[in-house]
Amino acid sequence: MPDAAREGILARLRAAPRSEAPAADFAVMARKAWPGPERYPRLKRLMEAVQTEFLETTGEDWPRAIRDFLKSEGLSTLLYGPDTAAGKRLAESWPPGAGPKLVPYDRPVEECKSRLFHEVDAGFTTTRGGIAETGGVILWPSPEEPRLLSLVPPVHLALLETDAIHDTFFEVLRSEDWAGAMPPNALLISGPSKTADIEQTLAYGVHGPKRLVVVAVRGES
Amino acid sequence: MSLSEPGGRAKPEAVYYYGTCLMDLFFPEAGMAGIRLLRREGLRVVFPRGQTCCAQPAFNCGYHEEARAVARAQIALFPRPYPIVVPSGSCAAMMKHHYPALFEGDPFQEQAEAFASRVFELTQFLADVLEVELSDHGESVRVAWHPSCHSLREMGIAEEPKSLLAQLVNVERVPLIRERECCGFGGTFSVREPEISAAMVEDKATDVVSTGASLLLSGDGGCLLNIGGRLAARGDRVRPTHVAEFLWERTK
Amino acid sequence: MSAPGAPGAFRTAAAKALKDPELRANFRRAMDGLMTKRAAMFADPAEWRDLRALGATIRQRAIANLPELLERLEEKCTGNGVQVRWAETTEEANAVVLEILRRHGATRVVKGKSMVSEEMHLNDFLEKHGIESLESDLGEYIIQLDGETPSHIIMPAIHKNRQQIARLFGRKIREARYTEDVDELTRIARRVLRRKFFEAEAGISGVNFAVAETGTLCLVENEGNGRMSTHVPPVHIALMGIEKVVERLEDVPPLYSLLTRSATGQAITTYFNMITGPRGPGEKDGPREVHLVILDNGRSRIFSDRELSATLRCIRCGACMNHCPVYTRVGGHAYDAVYPGPIGKILTPQTEGLGRRHDLAHASSLCGACGEVCPVGIPIAELLVRLRREAVRGDRSSAVLGAGEARSRLESLAWAAWAAAHRSPSLYRLMGLAATRLSRLLPARLPVLSRWTSVRETPRPARRTLHELVEREGVDNA
Repeated sequence: MPDAAREGILARLRAAPRSEAPAADFAVMARKAWPGPERYPRLKRLMEAVQTEFLETTGEDWPRAIRDFLKSEGLSTLLYGPDTAAGKRLAESWPPGAGPKLVPYDRPVEECKSRLFHEVDAGFTTTRGGIAETGGVILWPSPEEPRLLSLVPPVHLALLETDAIHDTFFEVLRSEDWAGAMPPNALLISGPSKTADIEQTLAYGVHGPKRLVVVAVRGES
Repeated sequence: MSLSEPGGRAKPEAVYYYGTCLMDLFFPEAGMAGIRLLRREGLRVVFPRGQTCCAQPAFNCGYHEEARAVARAQIALFPRPYPIVVPSGSCAAMMKHHYPALFEGDPFQEQAEAFASRVFELTQFLADVLEVELSDHGESVRVAWHPSCHSLREMGIAEEPKSLLAQLVNVERVPLIRERECCGFGGTFSVREPEISAAMVEDKATDVVSTGASLLLSGDGGCLLNIGGRLAARGDRVRPTHVAEFLWERTK
Repeated sequence: MSAPGAPGAFRTAAAKALKDPELRANFRRAMDGLMTKRAAMFADPAEWRDLRALGATIRQRAIANLPELLERLEEKCTGNGVQVRWAETTEEANAVVLEILRRHGATRVVKGKSMVSEEMHLNDFLEKHGIESLESDLGEYIIQLDGETPSHIIMPAIHKNRQQIARLFGRKIREARYTEDVDELTRIARRVLRRKFFEAEAGISGVNFAVAETGTLCLVENEGNGRMSTHVPPVHIALMGIEKVVERLEDVPPLYSLLTRSATGQAITTYFNMITGPRGPGEKDGPREVHLVILDNGRSRIFSDRELSATLRCIRCGACMNHCPVYTRVGGHAYDAVYPGPIGKILTPQTEGLGRRHDLAHASSLCGACGEVCPVGIPIAELLVRLRREAVRGDRSSAVLGAGEARSRLESLAWAAWAAAHRSPSLYRLMGLAATRLSRLLPARLPVLSRWTSVRETPRPARRTLHELVEREGVDNA
């Protein structure tokens, strides 16, 4: 379908003299690197500086650590994706009866929007690792682990394997060839939501989660 | 040996001197001091009498035809491959960085580029090329140093003047709080946007006075006229002095 | 506000702003803070030099290949299920947005921050058509409540202090109790906007980077309102200027690092959101439809000039205005433009015409503090001089909008006379003689120089010129 605006804009751009296109040197991006054991402590320090909380636990223990956390913080519902491996593990290990409840995010948001916004205390997601340079975790939403899990509930619990921390955003993007297969949504998260719009004074808990809790699972190394 | 880069260590036997129009009219003694500082290092200094103005005012106002006409006349006066030493960061920047662009595509371009490659600001030349050694014969004094924007950002001259001043043992330099902030001169900016310019020079003058210095030093005549004019209007006793004059008087 | 863009309007607005001590104090404090934070982030000069060189080349390459990259972006986005529309003017862009919203019967819209939407005056347009378009970024929300426009491209409410915001909330938000506590004010905004996110029928956002390689739209934010606006409502409309495209996904990390560190002195923002399509097969949330509106609004004209096309490299970090001694003293509103500060001074005359806006090109002492910190190396001071030239010397063959429209006979004559005097060494020296000999006759305040002398003592020529001293000392002539 002919689009006058499109044709007009492209025609003007094509008609113009071209400026230079110098070669890009990415060497500076490779200079930031840390030995494996240093990455988690660095990530933790940087994320804690922006009010991220850390629950340190093991591969064995993390479901229980999460449950204990919810209990001690008075959080009674945890939304999660039941079809991920971590989700299944969580569900299997969750004791029935009193205490914080697991709520599966197992239907389109249109069918549970009100509950999502008004009745869920916390959301749980896995992560696709972290980034040491700046401090941050990588989220890769999917049909099994929907986007709003890490956005709408006031508390976001993010499962991070401390072995899966990369040096930099540039490095992970290249080494994992993200460009080859971007999902509809992918993101980096470095802490709870914040703003400095009022007198440049930092305030936490704006529109995104008020709390980000990284459940850090130490690898077997 | 080529002297187009500072740090070319071989001393030239002669240099050209470009006095600048502001120095000519308002700071002639400082202009002369610069020549004396160079002569003292054993250089022959050549001051072509036909020089007038580097054309920066016309250039900055967008009158590039006029600027080119005057620039061409300046360049023609400096035919030999001597360095051209300029006691002003903004004039040096005009000639070094803007002359080549001004003559792009012009038959004069090659000459302009050759000229530009030989331009040095005075303190840059004294510190980096001549590596002068200075002994202080003056009394104790506290000074403030104001780097002109063009010196700082176009010529990249930050440490040279300070290193020269640091050699003078009885001179105490107190840094300005907002050293790198523009004093508000900007040539015609001071008359096109006088209120903003006035606010900027007021802040700079306050900064200068707060250092407790008795002298304000700068390498740029425009800044000195601007800040000095404000200081005088405020009745402040700080004397605006060109760095060339200061260095000569302290060490002669 | 006076007629926008009347020549001399900036000077008037600036003079007014200069007399406002609260405004001056707010901006001074804010800019000092931002400068300090940025400096701390770029403490390593070698890293700054190399990263900035990389950022500049990435943007230069994108501009050099702009039409091809836009076509590839469109192709990839379309393949991903994003619907792409083009708009030459802001009127067209508004019409496209309205059409999409009408098609969905949407009357309640939430907005993330978008400077392009400010160019479009989108909120006003939608209000006129019965559609509520609510700003969700806290700073934008604040100024929308107060009926204002942003005064800074990153921190739109930077001109307000907490008392002003407290009074505003108390007045305009029914459920809010008066408070000056920042955390409390933030909580109020969170409550109000959470309801709006829940109810919104569409979300509108800007785009920080659009990746041609993958069709990915990147959004940078701290508050979470961007994600709320783009993931919760069933329709997402993203607005971008044609220059926002980059070639490859790997171009993004360097630019992102430069952006956050230059803008707010952060190594990373809370969220870096990458959108590569609407809700995918099997996904349980995300918008059913994503639309991308690509806006020209004068950019293609800027693109056609090789030197001035550097203007389009801008990644909207705001560092230039944070470091500008003029912006710091007059604030953003004095510019009466969507984009204030140094970038605004080169962009606005080019998009609105030199005839109306040439005074912005002159509203600078050319100190170069802006170019020094620009993460993509835009030579702002040089472009200001170029625009000054276009204003008085440009002609029909110039691509610049309004070229030559600021020509003044008087001024041209004055500079012609100046050139004649300075091309004649004897005439020049004669003038010098006259000035030095007659300087005693100069009054302390010269009416013709009153703008200078109202605050400074008249500069007095010396008794002898340097030329005379040089002659007397027998300095060589050749």
